[in-house]
This record gives sequence, structure tokens and C-alpha cells, in this order.
Amino acid sequence: MNPTFGSILIKVLAGAVQSGTILLLPTLGEVLTERSGVLNLGLEGLMLIGAFFGFLGAMKTGNPYIGLLLGMAAAAAAAAIHAFICVTLRGNQTVTGLALTIFGTGLTSFYGDSWVSQRLTTAIKPMAIPGLSQIPVVGPILFSQDLIVYAGYILVALFWFLLFKTKVGVNLRAVGENAKAADAMGVNVVGTRYFWTILGGALAGAGGAYITCCIHPYWLNGITSGKGWIAVALVVFAMWNPFNSLLGAFLFGSIEALQLQLQAAGTYINSALLSMLPYIATFLVIIVATLIVRVRHVGTPKELGIPYAREEK
Amino acid sequence: MEGQEQLMLVMSNITKRFPGIVANDHVNFALRKGEIHTLLGENGAGKSTLMNVLDGIYYPDEGEIVIEGKRVDLRSPLDSMKHGIGMIHQNFMLVDSLSVIENVILGLESQGFYIDKKSVADRIEAIARKYNFRVDPYAKIWQLSVGEQQRVEIIKTLFKGARILILDEPTAVLTPQESEELFGILREMKSEGKSIIFISHKLNEVMSVSDRVTVLRKGLLVGTVDTASVTERELAKMMIGRDVLFRLERKEIEQGREVLKVEDAQAHNDRGIMALNKLSISVHGGEIMGVAGVAGNGQVELAECITGLRHLVSGHVTVEGIDVTNATPCTLASAGVNYIPADRLGVGLVPNLSTVDNAMLRKYRQKPMCRGTFIDYGAACTYADGLIEKFDIAVPLRNAPIKVLSGGNMQKLLLAREIAENPRLLIAEHPTRGLDVGATEFVRKTLLEERDNGVAVLLISEDLDEILMVADRVAVMYEGRIVGIVDTHHVDIAQIGLMMAGAVGAKA
Repeated sequence: MNPTFGSILIKVLAGAVQSGTILLLPTLGEVLTERSGVLNLGLEGLMLIGAFFGFLGAMKTGNPYIGLLLGMAAAAAAAAIHAFICVTLRGNQTVTGLALTIFGTGLTSFYGDSWVSQRLTTAIKPMAIPGLSQIPVVGPILFSQDLIVYAGYILVALFWFLLFKTKVGVNLRAVGENAKAADAMGVNVVGTRYFWTILGGALAGAGGAYITCCIHPYWLNGITSGKGWIAVALVVFAMWNPFNSLLGAFLFGSIEALQLQLQAAGTYINSALLSMLPYIATFLVIIVATLIVRVRHVGTPKELGIPYAREEK
Repeated sequence: MEGQEQLMLVMSNITKRFPGIVANDHVNFALRKGEIHTLLGENGAGKSTLMNVLDGIYYPDEGEIVIEGKRVDLRSPLDSMKHGIGMIHQNFMLVDSLSVIENVILGLESQGFYIDKKSVADRIEAIARKYNFRVDPYAKIWQLSVGEQQRVEIIKTLFKGARILILDEPTAVLTPQESEELFGILREMKSEGKSIIFISHKLNEVMSVSDRVTVLRKGLLVGTVDTASVTERELAKMMIGRDVLFRLERKEIEQGREVLKVEDAQAHNDRGIMALNKLSISVHGGEIMGVAGVAGNGQVELAECITGLRHLVSGHVTVEGIDVTNATPCTLASAGVNYIPADRLGVGLVPNLSTVDNAMLRKYRQKPMCRGTFIDYGAACTYADGLIEKFDIAVPLRNAPIKVLSGGNMQKLLLAREIAENPRLLIAEHPTRGLDVGATEFVRKTLLEERDNGVAVLLISEDLDEILMVADRVAVMYEGRIVGIVDTHHVDIAQIGLMMAGAVGAKA
């Protein structure tokens, strides 16, 4: 085997894990939000809000981690608006989500204009895990990354455990599947939906802030370039399961990293066509996921997008 | 009254009003320890309202509830649960995609953060064993039969330590065998000292399973009796009420030839359970055939099969000798079948379309309203105006959505539209439900006029008085079959009541 090819592959895959983490965080958040029955199509807007406020926070404080937290908080606040309209006012979730995306895009472009092309002096740096990072092949790909990537691994396991092994998870799933039954059993439907919508927003914000505080430590309007939409599609691909989210996100991360490497390597393929790869893959993934969902009995939470009101005669 | 008895629960003077209706009017109800107490009444008698009050879903406008001597204030199902009340709703409150274990512990505060599936499964199995039935705690709800799902509901209430169980028409969805098993479980629970409230309108079940019966009618308490001291016939009379009926003028007319003939029809309901069991019925021209029966015994499916809205699994439907089995609604309409559906604003009319649009729904494909690709709205308006005038329909704005009309005027328009087609067979399903006295009378008179014109009318209604007033014959449906056909000229209400409750078959 060509040794240079091997090292290039490791580099590509390490990049894939980073790109995958950008997608993983909003996907995980949306998996939980949708499990509670709330559809949030505003991920793209939330990621932009997270990216911008993360960048701003890092710029002002000089600490990219504080920036990241600020980005999460800003996106969580925007998600709270979504929760208020969809859960309390029982508005249309599709329209509200789209409005949230437009809001996020507009807000960050308006305030971001004066920051365009400015760079952070300190970005989030990789921290190799002693021991694990020494493992050949796997070490440099998975364990020579930054803290956010590791947090992604932990969150996948944590949310899987929470969802399928704990009472919190049962309550969450019941609310998204049959809110009336959950209500009759004394589960707080409104509170559950608020909590997971806001948490999902914070994670989308984290995904956005991860871009500006680590991967591309500068500001550009629309820097998320549709990753929020890919995350929405990945939720379907993941069949609302945290582990599948990891698979899907890293698969897309690989496609992204691959096309970047192909562009860098100077192939004859037009770079615009290469940049389209992730979006074309989105279609394929949705088709495959839809076919799987049809065969197996897992699928969309039954009351996804349906507001709940306690029945009165 | 029964102060010396061991009373589990006393509900006194419970009144619950909804806009325009008093669902419970100063109702008293007392439940003893270790008894099975049936709440009996027709649809709309107020049984479910009373039980929803007890379950904390509705809050009563007046009255008080005392459990084991203590006055309680039940504001939510959780409150009721804390007082040992567990309700098993007719539509199960189960999450399909979750397992039995997960459904049982849903919302329970006593469970820790991590679910110890093994220990919950053991407790579920212990409860099941105690009452001699089995359930797989690890199964997902959607994998279980309806009977099994009901047992999960029972386990859920027992798991929470319920001492008063309310079962809302629990046998409505069960096969006879499953019902027998359920009764076994209920008797077992009774011997354990649990108190059970059993809501039903099937008299044979009431007689076999309960100790006492409380009868409600139109929101009022009729009385509470010991099951041992009454007969089914007496209960039927208590449930249905007065024997006195006033009659509309009915002309004696020659009965025409057979228009509708249904032979051995079998069809599923929406749940996939057989709702019509080899049902046969025939209706002649110039006759109103009433179909009586407790809701859910296949009346809806019968109407849908004849109008092409539901697929027949087997059997035949003929209209004037032409086989129209599983024909499309359009074919049936041109064969002279017209339909007044029970859901007048969902199936009969399009709520957001105007009166004109709704009026022309049967005609817009024909001249003069249809001119090639275009609709001649002038002709449509003229046509609609004709119907409005002839049937005296109050339409403030004929281009406003029809949903703004009153129920009576909507029904008049629906009736006008269908009758304008000159039907040979008219199927009317609950045609006067929810209408005021005037509109009700108008609808009934119109049905009689159609009959006098030689139309065959199939009148499906839960209002027995209406059927006896209007129909020439009444067919009683029970569990997807016609259990008997009675001439309304010499009728015995108690007899019909018994047939509706499945207590007796056809009388010669």
C-alpha cells in the first residue's frame, strides 16, 4: 500500500470527524426535539445564530470556549421563541421553523456585516487524548481531536441512555407519540416540549459556534451554508436514534472532507459540482431512510408537528 | 339510605353543564366496597360525563365527592390516581411504540431515574398471575391484540394501587370470549375487595357481572337497583324511558317493489375488526326502514357499504335488481342512491365552500352548470337559489362558507341537494341529531314525503322514538347483524330494547 495514500486517508477521515461533529450536534438536538413532538425547521437559523454569537463572544473575551457557550445560549433563546409559538400558542410548526431560519439568517447578516473576514486570534485547539491517540489509524482519526468532538461522542452515548433506559426518556417518547396518554398519566407535556426544544436549540447553536470558534475561526455571512438543513434530513436518516445520528453525521462529514480533498488535489471535476455532493447525498439518504422506515415499524414520532391541547367538550 | 353499608365512594348532587346542555343534573351515585356496580344508560345519558368527573377530567359545576368518608377535590387525573381511582377509557391511553413496561411506569413518580426493567416486569407478571392472565411485559403495545391492550390498561391502574376501577364500555371492542375472560378478572378483583364501576348498555352483561345497577337517562338519575331484584326487561324500560309516543301523520300507501337488497354482507371497521357479520336486509319502495341499535354495532359500516364508501369483504348489494357491490359512490349516485351522512359537515358538506358550491356538488359535472372546462356560476346560483327557496333555508350570504349556517339549515341544504336528485334509495344516518325541534320536524316530514313518493328510505338512528315515529318497520342491529325486524304499528319498546342489548333474537 502506498504510504502517502494511507496518511492522506487518515487526514481526510480526521477532517471528516470534525465536519461530522458540526452536523452531529444539531442532529442530536433535533432528534430529541422531534421525539417530544416538536418539529424545528429553524436549525439553519439557530446554527447561524450560534455561529455568530459564538464568534462574537470569542472575539470579545478572547476565549473560544466562552464564545461557544454564548453561541449556545443565544440559539437556545431563539429556540425558546419557537417553543412559545408552537407549544403555548399552538402555531404552525413548519412555518414557525422556516421563519426562525429566515430570522437567524437576517439577524446574523445584519450584525455580522461589520465582522466579515475578521479572524479570531485564539480558536479551539485539538487536545490529543493520551494513550488512545497512540492507537494506529483510529488514534489520529478519533482521539487527536478537540474537546467539542469528544463532547459529541459522550452526548451520543448519554442521550441514547437517557432516551431508552431512563424514565426521562420514556416520558419524552410518550409525549411525542401520544401526548394525550402521557398527560393522562401525569406527564407534563408542555414542560417536556419546552425543555427539549430549547435544549435542541442550544445544541444547534453549539454546532454553529463550533464552526466559527474552531474550524473556520472567522466570520462570513451564511457561514453554515445549509448544514442546518442537512441536519434536518439526518434526523430522518437516523430514525430518531442518537447512535444513528453519529453514523449519519460522520458519513456526511466524510463526503464533505472528500470533496474538499478532491478540490485541493486539483481534479478535473468542477469545484461547484463537488460542493454539491453533500446536498445530492441528502436526497439519497432520505430515499434510503424512507424505504427502511416503510419496512420496519420505526418511524416518525406519531404526533410530530401536532400541537396538544387538553380536550374540552 | 345506605349509611350502614361500607361505602367506598359517594357522589352527591353532581351537576355538569356544557354549553346548551346539562350532561349531569344533580346525579347521586354510591359505590360499595367490593362490588361491581354498573352504570347503565343510552348514548348521551351522561354516563361518561359522570365518570370523567370522577377521573378528574371534568370539574363538576355542583356537587361533592366523598371517598371513604373524606371529601375530595379532584382536579386532574393525577389527583384521582392519588385517591385510588383508575379509569380505563374506551380509547386506550397507551403509547403504541412503547413496551408494556414503559407504558406502565409512564409518569410514575415512585420510579427512579434509571428504569429497572426486570423488577417492573416481575411486578407486572405478579399482578397478571394474581388475576389469572398473562401478558408479555417486554412486548410493544402495537404488537398486542385489543384484549391484551385492555389488560395492560388494567395492570396500569393496579400498578398504581387503584382501589376503584372505572371501565368505560370495556366490552365494546372485545370478542365474546375476551369479554368472558374480562368478567373473570373483574370478579377476581371484586373478591380482592376492589370496587368496580362498569359502564355498559349491554343488558346481558350487566345482569351477569354486576351486583347493582344505576340507570341514567338524559343526564338524570333514574334509580339504583340490585341486579338480583330486576329483570332485563325492567332495566330496558328504565334505560329507554317512557312508552308514550306521539305520531306523525302517516299515509297508508302501497308498498313498492324491492329497491335495496343486501345479502350476507361482511365488512371490516376502521380497526380491521369484522363489523358486519353476514348482514342481510331488504328495503322496498314507499317504505321507511328504521335501523335501531346501540352505536358501534355496524350501523356506520352498513351505510358506508351501501354508499360505496367502504369495501365489502363478501356479500352483495343490489339496487333495483342491479348489482352495485363495491361500486364507486359516483356509480351509486347515478343508480339513484342518495345519502344523508351522520357527519353532515365532514362527509355531507364541505365546510369551507360556499352554499352555492355545496349545492352544486352533485350537479356540477352536468349541463347547464358545466360548460366544457368552465362552471357556469350563473346557472349554479340559480340552482342554489331554487333549493334555498323550496326548502326555506336561511342563508344570510350564499357565497359565505357553509359552516357559518346553523345545523338545521345545513341539514336542510344537504337534504335538498340529495332529494333534488330524485333518489330511488335514500339513506339517512342520524338525520336529526343535534337539530332543534323545528328542523327535526322538517327533516322527518321530508323523509315521510319521500316515502310517499315511492322512495325506499333507510333511516339509521339511535333515537328510538324517531324510528317509531317515522319508520314503517324497524330492523334492530346487534354485533353486525340484524337480530330482528319489527313492524312499528304494533311494537313493544321493551322488546326492542332487549334486542338492542343483544338479550333476545328475532321475534316471530
